[in-house]
Amino acid sequence: MADDPYATLGVARDASADEIRRAYRKLAKQHHPDLNPGNKAAEDRFKAISAAHELLSDPEKRARFDRGEIDASGQERAPPGGYRTYADTSQGDRYGGGWQREEFQQEDWHPEDLEDLFAAFGGRGGARQSNAPRRGRDALYGLTVEFLDAVNGAAKRLTLPDGRTLDVKVPPGMQDGQTMRLRGQGGPGRNGGPAGDALIEIHVAPHKFFRREGQDIRLDLPVTVKEAVLGGPVLVPTPGGKLRATIPAGSDTGKELRLRGRGVPAHGGQAAGDLYVTLRVVVGPTDAAFEEFLRSWQPPAGSDPRREMEEGA
Amino acid sequence: MITLETLCVQVRGLRAEDVQRWIAHELVRAEAQDGGYAFSEIDVARVRLILELRDEMQVNEEALPVVLSLLDQLYDLRRQMRRVRTVLEETVPGELRAELVRRLRAMEG
Repeated sequence: MADDPYATLGVARDASADEIRRAYRKLAKQHHPDLNPGNKAAEDRFKAISAAHELLSDPEKRARFDRGEIDASGQERAPPGGYRTYADTSQGDRYGGGWQREEFQQEDWHPEDLEDLFAAFGGRGGARQSNAPRRGRDALYGLTVEFLDAVNGAAKRLTLPDGRTLDVKVPPGMQDGQTMRLRGQGGPGRNGGPAGDALIEIHVAPHKFFRREGQDIRLDLPVTVKEAVLGGPVLVPTPGGKLRATIPAGSDTGKELRLRGRGVPAHGGQAAGDLYVTLRVVVGPTDAAFEEFLRSWQPPAGSDPRREMEEGA
Repeated sequence: MITLETLCVQVRGLRAEDVQRWIAHELVRAEAQDGGYAFSEIDVARVRLILELRDEMQVNEEALPVVLSLLDQLYDLRRQMRRVRTVLEETVPGELRAELVRRLRAMEG
């Protein structure tokens, strides 16, 4: 984590010790992992905040960092304490039921409550205690992949909460929310039963330029006035790399070009989709010559881009 | 299990009278042992948390019981959830669990 500690705390580079302390306290209240149990993002954020504060609250370290002698990552340390690591286990029962234990005793949790819960589902809890082989449980994980990796397919490595890694081959054409099943990568079986599966739910990150519609992909392509009027070749980004395409002369904003087979590649019996390119005419920087030309130029008689508006009014 | 003296050495900035007051107010539940107190791992972690709440996050002594009570209730619920999850994992087949997860996600919108 080599982020800029000033940015992490949201303070200026010349912030006073007091400003740094105030910024740290504000962020620590918000992100302290013991106040946000189970929230990995808050925990990571808190680590970064603590590391940044540790660095910047020490005048000597701060000066060395400002001079570039040390970087932010050298100062990182584990978050302090970790009450949550105990409170989340049965040890936490010691402080269960609020702080005035006696008053809350009536509402304390009892194992029977679980049985009530399952009775409500029409099942029975804890009944299976046989020695018969049992398949291990399936494990569910989420994996976020880049837009183009989801379209073209990619090999990804997933780090599991227990530190194991899983190599996941994301096939081409994955959609957001689809689940992949990795056989035998889930929990171990019991009494000789087979291992469960790992179920991996794919989340596709949005792309800056491409949008997906089923097998097709859409793209807005800026073109100059000259390209729009005279037509000609332009380089179009596609999921498979850049491609030369020809703009027809007299193209206007909103004109749609279709690049057949350049959308999502063929996969799993589905034909390749198309890439739809919508042109956006951009005027961009002009110069005196162009302006001079426009002053002397008259549009063809009767042309009015706002005609429809006037007729409707 | 460690004594009050050891605790005050281990936790920087901790004073014995603070701990004694927290015990008296039932914010910390230490066990009695050989005429003194005995602190388990969770007690030590809790004392550190209380110290951080008070000194770093400026939760004053009057507000501590409220904050800790809310935290205790939060962790109560988390332990209950965990037990429910364990029982679900041990009894409900994987396909059905995946379906439950899908429905829960859908409810979250």
